[in-house]
Amino acid sequence: MKDRRLRRADLILIAILLAAGVLMSLGAVLLSRDGGTVVVRVDGEVVASYPLSEDREAEIAGVNGGVNRLVIRDGSARIEEASCPDRLCVGMGVIRRAGQSIICLPNRVVIEIAGSGAPETDAVSE
Amino acid sequence: MKNPAKTVALYGLLTALALILSWLEAQIPAFFAVPGVKLGLANLAVVTALYLAGAPCACAVSLLRIVLVSVLFGNSAAFAYSLAGGVFSLLVMILLKKAGRFGTVAVSVCGGVAHVTAQLAAAAVLTGTSALGWYLPVLWFSGIAAGAVIGLIGGELCRALTRAGRKGEKL
Repeated sequence: MKDRRLRRADLILIAILLAAGVLMSLGAVLLSRDGGTVVVRVDGEVVASYPLSEDREAEIAGVNGGVNRLVIRDGSARIEEASCPDRLCVGMGVIRRAGQSIICLPNRVVIEIAGSGAPETDAVSE
Repeated sequence: MKNPAKTVALYGLLTALALILSWLEAQIPAFFAVPGVKLGLANLAVVTALYLAGAPCACAVSLLRIVLVSVLFGNSAAFAYSLAGGVFSLLVMILLKKAGRFGTVAVSVCGGVAHVTAQLAAAAVLTGTSALGWYLPVLWFSGIAAGAVIGLIGGELCRALTRAGRKGEKL
């Protein structure tokens, strides 16, 4: 009865998926570099970029009148305040490594950490 | 299931179940900061439909749920993500079930993983950024865990319903 519920093939498949997840996490950690620039996008367009090394606060105007307040402090960036209903972007915490991002879907705002190179680069993350 | 009235009743019942589960899940506050990490309770109805009545029923329940939820309490952006996740996970689950080697748990786990992957891809396209790749590992594990829970409950539900069906009338 028990093996009908969880067959051998099930366990193998789940084990493969878990292993793939571990590999992905390892890859994400190993490939990460320290970030240099905070790039702000609204609706896919780059609207601003700030060096991660300078403390700063900025109001970002998202779509449909939405506002997100970006705070850069001690080499990391976060959204402190947002007008969106779910405020998931506030809950996403701080980011500091290249390729990390905070997304506010309702306001279509993406905060992204780029490497220390040119801020306009698009190939910051794998 | 040759009786069309029974078919309609079963489709309606499972769609209603999916809607109630969607509503129920919306009442639970997000317990994890990363968007997309959730149980996906409504997929319980989809998995049950798939095993109880087959792929057409699962497609009907899943798509009807997505359309109805977005009409009732959603917005257009959420609709796009739900649709991408729902369609891709349906496809994966139907194919895996067809393969015949896997039980509800593995099918549902793969459905969960397919769901988060497609949603992330949709989000990457809609926001025009590749930086979302960072979330894939987190969402991947959450998809596996949620899929396992849904698969276990769904499997039990199907067994119980089949037993009940045998006792009374054939489903």
